[in-house]
Amino acid sequence: MGQVIVVTSGKGGVGKTTTTANLGTALAQLGNRVVLVDADIGLRNLDVVMGLENRIVYDLVDVVEGNARLKQALIKDKRNENLYLLAAAQTREKKDVTAEQMKNLTEQLAREFDFVLLDCPAGIEDGFKNAIAGAQKAIIVANPEVSSVRDADRVIGLWDAQDGDRSPAMLIVNRVRPRMVARGDMLEIDDMLEMLAVDLLGVVPEDDHIIVSTNRGEPAVYSRDSKAGKAFQNIARRLMGEAVPIMDLEAEESLWSRFKRIVGLGRS
Amino acid sequence: MLDLISRVFGRDHSSADIARERLRLVLVHDRTNVSPQFLETLKEELIEVISRYMEIEEDGMDVTLQTAENQVALVANIPVRRMKRAAVASKR
Repeated sequence: MGQVIVVTSGKGGVGKTTTTANLGTALAQLGNRVVLVDADIGLRNLDVVMGLENRIVYDLVDVVEGNARLKQALIKDKRNENLYLLAAAQTREKKDVTAEQMKNLTEQLAREFDFVLLDCPAGIEDGFKNAIAGAQKAIIVANPEVSSVRDADRVIGLWDAQDGDRSPAMLIVNRVRPRMVARGDMLEIDDMLEMLAVDLLGVVPEDDHIIVSTNRGEPAVYSRDSKAGKAFQNIARRLMGEAVPIMDLEAEESLWSRFKRIVGLGRS
Repeated sequence: MLDLISRVFGRDHSSADIARERLRLVLVHDRTNVSPQFLETLKEELIEVISRYMEIEEDGMDVTLQTAENQVALVANIPVRRMKRAAVASKR
């Protein structure tokens, strides 16, 4: 049986879809059979981030309602034959799927794939509840800012309150700007971990390549000079159980902050 | 420049420090509000512990979280009826 992992955050716009697309692609590049499921019914986006928007015939709701077989609805990735997408329905609503249906669907997928990654909608309502229903693991994506960390805390609380056999939530801190951290103008990773009391899965720097890759519909892990892409590759290896050290983002740090740190003024 | 000087002398809090403090307070509140049972459970367990040492008026008991400027305090008002002599003595 494969692992079913939900990517969630509470707050919107922190990078759930980007994370799902890049992690899935990186896991597939490492030889795993991977399926990405867009659980954001009514607001599908994972298809465009993956560049597969023109290939959708059937979607998740078609499958759960029995209008299409699962095999028919799975869209094969353009570049990687280990990677598939199950798109969200665009003209339907969250309530058109039940938690039970999602659970059955992910169980079925876990029989065929090594990794089932669920891109969760923002919020903590039905869409969120459905998306976490069938997952054994949760990746929480948070940006280093007050509102995002607060929402992450809420979501971690809801994840922990679920019954069943579930692993503790894992945190990805996304869109970190090392210079701002060094200057004392961005929350530090350690402080976030302490406040949220979760394990760190990875740190992803803010990176212009993400916008370029989304424009093109090619995840950043394909781009050789993307630091975020590299960070996602590392996270994929960690998910496979490899001990990969957290990337040193301080290499980007400015001279002044390095000086401050040396003379003991900076916090790091 | 003024900003730089005050930083060097460590008087100014960086915005990350401010964010951390604000978050800490917000999370204390959020986590309590998430389960309305929290204070009730805490109250019951408090009664259990305190009753070993003194007789208290459970009906007059009041346990709340109060937020001041930059801290959250657990405020408990517990009317005591009488001390238990045996419990106090056995601790000596």
